[in-house]
Amino acid sequence: MTVRVGVVMFPGSNCEHDVAEAVESLGGEASIVWHGDRSVGPIDAIVLPGGFAHGDYLRPGAIARFSPIMQAVEAFAANGGPVVGICNGFQILTEAHLLPGALQKNRGLTFLCETVEIEVVTDRSVLTSGVTPGTKLRIPINHFEGNYTCDEATLARLREEDRIVFRYVANPNGSVGDIAGICNAAGNVVGMMPHPERASDELLGSSDGRVLLRSLLASAGATAQTAGAAR
Amino acid sequence: MKRFSALVEVMLRPGIADPQGTTIERALPALGFETISGVRAGKSFRFEVEATDEEAARREVDELCRRFLTNPVIENSNVTLEPVP
Repeated sequence: MTVRVGVVMFPGSNCEHDVAEAVESLGGEASIVWHGDRSVGPIDAIVLPGGFAHGDYLRPGAIARFSPIMQAVEAFAANGGPVVGICNGFQILTEAHLLPGALQKNRGLTFLCETVEIEVVTDRSVLTSGVTPGTKLRIPINHFEGNYTCDEATLARLREEDRIVFRYVANPNGSVGDIAGICNAAGNVVGMMPHPERASDELLGSSDGRVLLRSLLASAGATAQTAGAAR
Repeated sequence: MKRFSALVEVMLRPGIADPQGTTIERALPALGFETISGVRAGKSFRFEVEATDEEAARREVDELCRRFLTNPVIENSNVTLEPVP
């Protein structure tokens, strides 16, 4: 079966077509979902892409979390559906309380746009289910507010529950615990600052993002089949 | 109903790194400000609110701060209300 991925477009998103292109290059079927819609439609996975939703006014993600589509995203996630937030999408997921913590301005106050090395810490998320922990990937970052922060208790819980999905090999932005991505307790909601869709072809300088998107398609396909069998 | 003018100041919580404040502070000696320290950068919002009394206005603004104007994970807010004559 073809896995259907809905990529949400907010006013100010700018990576939705890159994500759709990368998904389709891996055999998935991508559709753009408008933020003002109240339903995500018949899909197997959701991606909140990068960009500057609602101009990043107030705080990145602060206004996007109240977009009409977000109630459908929350319901989809609560049902175990795979939801991935990339960069601005990660910021939206924290503002929506689908993931804990917050992303604040980079240490050093500079916008960072470079390819960095990240290490896969766990394979219990939908984005890393097909990747061996310890694998190092070269994936671009492109952010001003990518400095992940949370209180001590949350950090301890993330570690205890194996919810740190990616770690920077050389911390570029000051993130606590070198965190580049985390997931929820069930592993079906993942947020990451690096852009796997920008590392989806050798022509782009790296194709290391493909294993992640391939894992997402595989997880989404498996979830959809289980849900189908249950019906 | 009475009208109140509200000033909401949003600051990063103590202990949360403030790279903007730190950068501003680092520029001060070059400008001759040798006596200033502890710079923290924040943002402020001004608006009016209609309520039966000041307490009700404060409840409304506090709720707005909690749900929207601040991210409680990293930010605090301080609310000042004044009756609009």
